[in-house]
Amino acid sequence: MTGRTLVTGVIGSDTHIVGNRILTMALEAAGYRVVSLGALTPAEEFVRAAIETAADAILVSSLYGQGELDCRGFRDRCVEAGIGDILLYVGGNLVVGKQPWPEVEKRFTDMGFDRAFPPGTRTDEVIDILARDFGARAEPVRSAS
Amino acid sequence: MSDGGHALLVDFGSTYTKLRAVDLASGRIVGTGQGPSTVTTDVTVGMEQALADLARRLGGTLPVFRHRLASSSAAGGLRMVTVGLVKELTAEAARLAALGAGAKLVGTFAYSLTAEDVTTIEDLAPDILLLAGGTDGGNSAVILENAAALSVASIRCPVVVAGNRNAATEAKRRLEAGGKPVVVTRNVMPEFGKLDLEPARDAIRAIFIDRIVHAKGIDRAAGMLDAVLMPTPAAVLDGAQLIAEGIEGQGGLGPLVVVDIGGATTDVHSVCSGEPARSGVLVHGLPEPYLKRTVEGDLGMRHNAAAIVEAVGPARIAADAGLPAERVAALLALLADEVERVPQTPDEARFDRALARAAIGLAAARHAGTVETVYAVTGPVTVQRGKDLSAVTTLIGTGGALVHADDPADLLRPALADPSAPGSLRPERPRMLLDRHYLLYAVGLLRAVDPAAALALGLNHLDTLEEGCHARHRCVS
Ligand code: B12
Repeated sequence: MTGRTLVTGVIGSDTHIVGNRILTMALEAAGYRVVSLGALTPAEEFVRAAIETAADAILVSSLYGQGELDCRGFRDRCVEAGIGDILLYVGGNLVVGKQPWPEVEKRFTDMGFDRAFPPGTRTDEVIDILARDFGARAEPVRSAS
Repeated sequence: MSDGGHALLVDFGSTYTKLRAVDLASGRIVGTGQGPSTVTTDVTVGMEQALADLARRLGGTLPVFRHRLASSSAAGGLRMVTVGLVKELTAEAARLAALGAGAKLVGTFAYSLTAEDVTTIEDLAPDILLLAGGTDGGNSAVILENAAALSVASIRCPVVVAGNRNAATEAKRRLEAGGKPVVVTRNVMPEFGKLDLEPARDAIRAIFIDRIVHAKGIDRAAGMLDAVLMPTPAAVLDGAQLIAEGIEGQGGLGPLVVVDIGGATTDVHSVCSGEPARSGVLVHGLPEPYLKRTVEGDLGMRHNAAAIVEAVGPARIAADAGLPAERVAALLALLADEVERVPQTPDEARFDRALARAAIGLAAARHAGTVETVYAVTGPVTVQRGKDLSAVTTLIGTGGALVHADDPADLLRPALADPSAPGSLRPERPRMLLDRHYLLYAVGLLRAVDPAAALALGLNHLDTLEEGCHARHRCVS
């Protein structure tokens, strides 16, 4: 076990659950404790779950093209709730149609996400980057287990 | 089967001391007795009077009782404060656990307690405080901070710690350092979105028996009783559960809802899973407890009559009562002056009926879950929050307003599903029963020692209202 807790879920009215399930299972296999909120999860639900479970990161999925609307103010919600320093990732099919990735990425990092991931990101990439980000933060494990 | 003999079942209420004497072999009431509530002075005085009343009704002598059990809601009931972390999560779980244990919630808190919160809790001086927060292995900072804040507070009540198990020992240490009696039990929310309320409920009931009964002076009646088992609302919930589930070899009535309308509050109990009755419905929010009790502190026939009128609007009360608005205002003023008032004129009776119908409708709607249609891009998705009571097969009404009504079914009907409010998941076609003899508490108490007799008692004495036809016939005759 890594001793780290992650919250996953698909934000907004989005029902695309497959990728999020695969990602959740891969993260569990990598030794994370994962609080999986599933499809159709409102933004505030991610934040509440993260507080109660003392999560170290939130991984938001959005596939149906409305991610930009659903994710607006996500970091602010966390700041408001006292977990402003939590690691935030977002991935899936973040915007409608084909748009240059650097622009899309910037829009999401401007919203306060630490990282945004393009369509087709593989789970082992996500696990590598997570490990690196936690290492770089070099803070003690937040969860009290 | 029961071995026979008699049981005495006592409710130390806030106004009356009530007795039910039951024949165990037949599961029937043989007599009732009533005395004043004297818990604040000497509980035995009211008990003696109630026993004398019972003896008189039984022709002068009392049987030898095999069991003598009591519940209590006197001296303010079991006054509790709950503290959790996130309002919608562990704070809500703590609230549900305390209500299920039969408590009267006097304060509910979430997140870190502020200095003002602690002062408020000191002023409330609860009988028991339930401290939760964090899933197991989750947040421990807030429960520990709250334990530290409470340890230096002037409260002396026992604290039940039912939060993050990784922080429980340290929370206990901090509270004990401040001289607070502490009981640690399992987390009310061990994992995100999972409830485990029974251990906290059991801990609260144990403290009630061990300490609160003494603290409230009810143990003065110890010589007249085998035990004071639980707060009265917990006995009602236990009774409802037994009637729903039955026992080995004798089935119960199945999923049920109890509406108990009182002078100050309206309680609703449900015994059912609450899962969607229809397929393809997505459930959101916290899972719901199978045994659920809600208390509407603003819906009471006397102390809160004005609040009922305000909640539904004077126009609706006036329309339902068939009275002019000014008359409604005048009748309301009358009740404000005299909370013990019993309706004396036809107008008062109609006003009371409208009040009860409004309170029952609101209380049932607040207890029941809701569905709403969310328009996802693919089309509509039905999302349920709370318990679906639509398939509940039995609705039991109790409380003075119902028992004394000419047509109790007519008063209970607002608790049912309403085609004009399809989003409210209230019972659709339950059989409606009336607890005319106020014995649900007695069923709950007796269940602890003789479940077969307790079940028979409930099934024997709950009157079927049959959609009101009986009552209506009697009304015209
Ligand atoms: C299956 C599917 C559906 C199914 C979903 C079934 C279900 N309940 O899951 C159904 C038929 C219901 C559906 C409906 C719709 N769909 Co659809 N659907 C797809 C499809 C074909 C596959 C999705 C999938 O499961 N992929 C497989 C998984 C494993 O991949 P993934 O989800 O991308 O996840 C991986 C990574 O992205 C990553 N990942 C995912 N989340 C995160 C999060 C983080 C933080 C990180 C690091 C990584 C990460 O990890 C996963 C593992 O590798 C895609 C097209 C496609 N090929 O991707 C369209 C697609 C997603 N759908 C689309 C659309 C438009 C819709 C609808 C709006 C169609 C409509 N008009 O009705 C609806 C929306 C319904 C709703 N309210 O959500 C569009 C979205 C367009 C956009 N974003 O611009 C797509 C891209 C098709 C397209 N090219 O147009 N869909």
